[in-house]
Parts: sequence; structure tokens; C-alpha cells
Amino acid sequence: MKTLDRKANYILSAILAGIAILVLFYMDSNRATYSYPLAILQRSAIYAVVAVAMNLLTGFTGLFSLGQAGFMAIGAYTVAILTIPVELRPDVYYINGIAEPLAQASAPLWAALVLGGLLAAFMGFLIGYPVLRLKSDYLAIATLGFSEIIRAFIAAPLLDRVTNGSYGLKSIPGFSSTLISFFVAALCIFLMVLVIRSSYGRAFKAIREDEVAAESMGINLFKHKQMAFVISCFFTGISGGMLAVFMRSIDSKTFQIGLTYDILLIVVLGGIGSITGSILGSFLMTAGREWLRFFDDPLVIGGFNVPLFRSGFRMVIFSLILMTVVLYYRKGLLGNREFSWNGIYAFLQRLSQRLKRQKVSKEVGKDD
Amino acid sequence: MSGITLLQHGLTGISLGGAYALIAIGYTMVYGILRLINFAHGDIFMMAGYFMIFAVASMPWYLAIPLVMFLTVLLGVTIERVAYKPLRSAPRMSIMISAIGVSYLLQNLATYLFTALPRGYPEIPFLKKSFHVGELSASLVTLITPFLTILLTFLLMSLINHTKLGMAMRAVSKDYETSQLMGIKINRVISATFAIGSLLAFVGSVLYFTDRMTVFPFSGTLPGLKCFVAAVLGGIGSIPGAVIGGFILGIGETALVALGYSTFSDAFTFAILIVMLLFRPTGLFGEKVTDKV
Amino acid sequence: MTETVLKLNDITMQFGGVVAVNGFSMEVNRGEIVAIIGPNGAGKTTAFNVITGVYAPTNGSVELHGETIISNYPQGKMRKLYAGENNGVYEQLIRKTPDKITKLGIARTFQNIRLFKNLTVFENVLIAKHMNIQSNLLSAAFMLNRKEEQKMRRETDELLNILDLSDVRNEISSSLPYGKQRRLEIARALATEPSLLLLDEPAAGMNPQETNELTRFIHRLKDDFHLTVLMIEHHMNLVMEISDRIYVLDFGKLIASGTPEDVQNDQRVIDAYLGVTEDEQ
Repeated sequence: MKTLDRKANYILSAILAGIAILVLFYMDSNRATYSYPLAILQRSAIYAVVAVAMNLLTGFTGLFSLGQAGFMAIGAYTVAILTIPVELRPDVYYINGIAEPLAQASAPLWAALVLGGLLAAFMGFLIGYPVLRLKSDYLAIATLGFSEIIRAFIAAPLLDRVTNGSYGLKSIPGFSSTLISFFVAALCIFLMVLVIRSSYGRAFKAIREDEVAAESMGINLFKHKQMAFVISCFFTGISGGMLAVFMRSIDSKTFQIGLTYDILLIVVLGGIGSITGSILGSFLMTAGREWLRFFDDPLVIGGFNVPLFRSGFRMVIFSLILMTVVLYYRKGLLGNREFSWNGIYAFLQRLSQRLKRQKVSKEVGKDD
Repeated sequence: MSGITLLQHGLTGISLGGAYALIAIGYTMVYGILRLINFAHGDIFMMAGYFMIFAVASMPWYLAIPLVMFLTVLLGVTIERVAYKPLRSAPRMSIMISAIGVSYLLQNLATYLFTALPRGYPEIPFLKKSFHVGELSASLVTLITPFLTILLTFLLMSLINHTKLGMAMRAVSKDYETSQLMGIKINRVISATFAIGSLLAFVGSVLYFTDRMTVFPFSGTLPGLKCFVAAVLGGIGSIPGAVIGGFILGIGETALVALGYSTFSDAFTFAILIVMLLFRPTGLFGEKVTDKV
Repeated sequence: MTETVLKLNDITMQFGGVVAVNGFSMEVNRGEIVAIIGPNGAGKTTAFNVITGVYAPTNGSVELHGETIISNYPQGKMRKLYAGENNGVYEQLIRKTPDKITKLGIARTFQNIRLFKNLTVFENVLIAKHMNIQSNLLSAAFMLNRKEEQKMRRETDELLNILDLSDVRNEISSSLPYGKQRRLEIARALATEPSLLLLDEPAAGMNPQETNELTRFIHRLKDDFHLTVLMIEHHMNLVMEISDRIYVLDFGKLIASGTPEDVQNDQRVIDAYLGVTEDEQ
């Protein structure tokens, strides 16, 4: 079968990226009209960062972590605490007051994001140290537990003057332009792709494929697992920070286990081991939630109130979709392949061949 | 702290530990056989709580208990059949994801059906009867729990060590494929395992919720996680280990609450997990398994 | 003057109450091809796993080029359970993980092929080149190590050329025919630039013609890569033809060793093998 050459690939990708940028730019300059689709796209972009970070672990290194919500919380609170304007802080912390050193501490958004990522990465390092030497099951349970601990700490009265306890943090300045959020997300994903495509990324894949063989190829399992885990935590923290800026107010409930499950769902939906799959999955998941919103509203057909449709039904449908994917479409949308122009090209070729064949068989049919 | 309060807290701790122990057994058995962390187990426990609320509302408790017991077992076995069985030959991660999916589904289903607001757990009259020994007062459930736990563990152990089904379970947990070749009907063994696990989760839920008094859609999550930690602590796959792990966590948690550190009672569980994984990853009673190369 | 590459001293490996290898000592000299043979369950692969650091031996030590790389004595529960010999002789405790041992120059293949199944032939070999990477994660990610990366790729392609695998360079490794998978596993092991190559049943599942090719292939490898080879093998033709020396294990114990002729005529070996040796004669 014919394939596209490198040049054609680059040109097509550049055209697609160009169109995307133009569309986003257009939407951003008419923000009033497009605020709803922009919000969906922004959330998709933020989720795409965590999803790719999770995929880096699950799909490329074969490690299963369920601490996403916790690491996102670290990033989110770091960014929130450092970027809420100093003059607004007394209002935000009006009940318990704010801890003294924090009252004046502030940082520009980019620095706060990086710091949030670094703190999350450091926590990942601490957890990974005992756990990554063991069977991967323990990582799932330890990170899930950690995520709950973080939530407990955030809501703890002890830290009221830092996290504002159960009241959460408000008045986080949003992105000055929605384009920034897309840019940061794209940058993060690009960096992770670079890691995956480097020699270290190949070592991660070797560990995923066969730990015993990887070790006998001179790959230090613990060191490389730790590396993948810390990188993943770093970007998870950054995406948490972005989520805080996007939502503009956060509390400990934002980071429940359900958030981790959402990310897991994205990764499974897009295909474990496919970066483009995760990106696509984030969009489908975020947009799909909006599309399914009608399930939550009472549905009246011809005066008859359909009983199933009420608040919460959407999530039930959603979990059923997840289970269907898990059980029957285990590979997700893209399996472990990546989106490629060649893939589309081959698909189109097959399609046209099939059409031709159908045409031919019809014509043959006519002759009879 | 006076002797009486100490005793009082001790009783609470043991009682909580008993409930944990019963749930932990479910985790340890399933892990022992399928090498699967059954993330849905905590939610089965939560569902058992809801079943009980609705059953007691419409019938006397002595009818409600067997009915709910049956429903819980049915739920556990159905979950295995529908969500885990088709993935027997899939990578272990797929089954784990499926378990998470079931947990997600059950939580969302509970939110949809029963709303997110906590609901009162019915009082089963004889369990709530309070006792006074000197200055010490406790409800019957607190006193019963440890004994019931030990009795059930004893029954389960004799089932595993002295019956044909138990022998099959031991065989399957040692080597899944070989036992299949030896003619053991593994699907039946696995179903039985889930049935027993769910049954114990039901008993655990009665003990736990009678004490806590409310049920909400996420009330299975944290106890579920803790009980898995209890199972790891005792050595995953070991039933006496799970029971002892459950008691350790229950007592430790209560002690922290009594000392005024209630915020950290949840964190305590996971701190124990990390310490355990650092120094004795096989747990208190676990055997070391060497992978064949 | 012969130079000893690998030396096993009284290696005992006990799993629970089962002694899989018992007081096994052997040496491999530079440039030799040495075979370990023995009936199924004799402890051959276990010995390999001890040498490569997958299992820590219960007792005994391993030396590579005169340096002790592994040493252990019964500890903990094993102190009471220990049923092997030479208890109390070894007092050092040295454990190295398999990756460290590979870096010291021992490479291996596996009895049941363990390729990176979903990766291409090229990637399989390229991964082995990661071992000696000098650049850190950042410079590797930002492609600042172009020279190093190119060198890794070039060496990989050279190796594929030498082993006649260039034509399947971009195939997914699990799609290769069996014989090529075995060869790829050897290529992957060679990519770690070992001085000692351990082959675990390289001829398993091969027909006589393929076995003959393999014999020539191993000889060629030995010369081209200046290797010392230690192998486990059941095909007696291959073993007798290729080996300089043979060690025979039975129930974890060494029952004979020496040149192929010595071993063939050893009564204990004939007893252990019964039938198999009759075929060979």
C-alpha cells in the first residue's frame, strides 16, 4: 500500500496545527460569543496534560498509579496560594486568617505552575522510594491512599491558615488569555513526548514489556521507574495548577477520587499507550459530559415524565460507557498506536477500494 | 486518662477493628485467588448498607437480614461474572481497571438512586441495646463484634482447611492454571470466593453502620481502602493476617481519635502502609513469592 | 596461561525446603565454550539465575574476572532450614541486581524467549544500548545528545547486519519466526557488549538443520566478538561438537565434568541420562 512521505506528513501536520491555532485565536478574540466551547476546550487541554502524564506511567512504563487527584491538588493549591492577589487575601481567608509568611508570598503564574509541579514531583519521589521496589499493585493502592491523605490534610483544621480548610480558595486570577492555557498544555505534552521518544523513554517501554528482560539488558528498574513516576507527577502537578487557574476557585472536594477515575477513563478511552489517544479522549470525555447533560434534566415526552431522567443519570450512563469500553473495546480508540496521517491515508484507501468493489459488484449484478 | 475511658476506647477500637477485619478478608481472598485488588469491594459494602435501609423500612429486621445478605452476595457474584470473568486472560491491569470501573458505576448508581445525602441506618433493636458494667457503657454491637469476627474467621478457616471447596480454593490460589488442568472448576471456586467475601462484607456493614449511623454513596471508599491496607499489613492472601491487620488498624485509629488527632486517623492507615512496605513488604504473615524466570 | 572469567564457588540455592542447586562449583576460562547439561529439573537454569543476579544464592559465591560479585550465606529463616553443604564457609554478603551484573559484562538469553514483544527488532536491540548512556534525562529528551544517539543507532544497525537481521529491522519482534526470535535475543544480549555470554537452551525447538546452523553461528560469534560462552543445552550433538568442557548436573549436584569425551564415557552421566546417551552413541 502507498504511504505518505515525510514531507507530506509534516505539511499536513503543520496545516492542521495552523488551522487549530487560527480557530483558537478567532474564538479567543470573540470570547463573549464562544465562552462555552472555549471552556470545554480549555478543560480538555488541562485534562489532556494529566492524561498524557498518566499514560506515560501506565501505557509506557507499565506502572499503575491512582494518585492523580492528590498530585493535582498539590499543584492547584500551590498555584492558588501564590497567585491570589495579596490585597484580596484577607477576604479569601476571612474566617481563619492567613499564615503570616504566606500573606505576602506571591509569584507569577509560570513560576507558580513550575513550583506546583516540582512539589508534586517531590511528593512522588517520596512515595515512590519505598513503593516502586515492590510489585506494581502496591503503587496503585499507595498512591490512591496518598491522594486521600492529601485531601484530609487540605481540609484539616490544622492547615486552615494555609489551605483555608473546607472553605477552599477563591479569587484565583484566571488565564489572561485562553490561548495561554492551550500553549502551556501543548508545551507540557510536547515535553512528555520528547521524554518518551528519548533513550530513556525506550527504557520505560522495555520495563513495560518485560521487567526481567529489561533488567538483564542493564536497565536499573527502580531508577527508571522512579524517573517515570516523578516526571508523571511533575506534569500532573502542573495540570492541577492549570485547573485551579481555570476554575478560579478550588476546595478539597475538587480533588476527590472521582477526578482520578475521570482521568483513568480518558486514558482507557483513548487507548493505553497512545498519546494522541489521550488527547482525543480528554476532548471526548469533557465534551461528552456536556452532550450527555440532557440525561440529568427531566424528560417529558407528550406529557409523560420519563422516570429515569433526573439528576445523576448522566454519570450512570457515563460509567456504563466506561465499563463497555473496558470489557468490549479493551484497546480504546487508538490502542497503543498514534494518530498518523498514514493511518488516515490507509483508511481512506481501504474505504475507496471497498466502495469501488461495491460498485463493481453492483455492476456485475446488473449484467446478470 | 482514667481506666474507664481507656477501656471504653479500647472497646470501640476492637469493635471497629472487627468490622475492618471482616471486610479485609474479602480483599485478601480475592487477591489470593485472582491477584486482583477488588476496588469494588468497598462499594459492595456500601450497597449492603443501602439495601439494609430499604429492607428494614418495609419488613421486620429478622426477615430483612437474610434478604439483604442474599442480595449482597448476589451483587458480589454478579460483579465477578459480568466485569471480571470476561477478562480472565487479559493483562492484570485491565481487570484492575474494570474493578475501578465497577466501583465508579456503583458510586454513581448510588448517587443517582439514593442521592448524595447521607441516609440514616436503621437501628436493629437488639444490637443497639446498651450495657452498663459499672461506669462502662457500651452497646451490644460493640461487645458482639470481636466475638462474631473471631467466630466467622474460625468458621472460614475450617471451611478452607477441611472442605473440598476450601481445598480447591487453596489450589487455585497457589496455581491457577494447573488447578484448572487438574479439573477444578475454577469459575465455581471464584464465585464462591466472591460470595464469601460479600457475605462477610455484609456482616461488616451491619456492624460498621450500626455504629456510624449513616450511609452515603462514598461511605465505602475509605473503609474499603483501609481494609485493603489491613490485608496488606497482615500479608495479602492470609486470612488470619487480614483479621489481625483489621484489628490493628481499628484500634490504632481509635487511639488516635481518643488522643485528639482525629484529623490524622485516616492518614495513619496509609502511614502504616508505607512503613510496612518499607520494612516488610510481605506483611506480617505473608509468604515470599519468587517469580519464575 | 589460562585466564578464569567466571568462577562459581559452592553455589547452593534453596527454595523453602527444596535444594535446587547444591554446592555447585565451576569455572569458565577465557575464550572457552562451556556447557552445563543435565536432565530436566537438575538446576541448570537456576544456576544461570544465580550468576545473573536474578536469585541471590542461599550459600556460596560467584567471581567474575577474579572479583567476587555475589556472595551469600544462610540467613534469617534459612539459618535453621538450610540443607546444603559448606555452611559457615562464606561470610561475605554481596548482592548485585541483574542490571549491575549485565554492566559488568555478563549477558544472557532466556529459556522461554523474553523479547520486548510489541517493539520492533531495531528497538529491541537499541534498548540494550541504553545501558551505557552518558547523557542525562534532560539532554536526552531535548535531543542534545545527537552524537550519542546516532552512535547507538549505528551500532545497533551494525549488529543487526552481522546477525543477518537487517531485513526484519522494522518488524514487530513477536511476529518473527521462532529461529529469528532466538537470534534476536542473542543480538540483544550482544548489544550490551558482554565478555561472557550465557545461552539458555539456544537450540530448543530447532530441527537438526537449524541446530547445525546454530553451531556454526555460535562459533562465529565467539570469534567475532571475542566472547566466552556458557550455555545450557539438551541437544547432545550440539553440545558435544561445540563445547570445550562440560559440567553435568543432576538433582542440583555436579556429577561429572571434563571434555566431551570424558563426560560421554562417565558411568554416572550415562545413568543419569539413560537412553539419551544411547541415542548419541
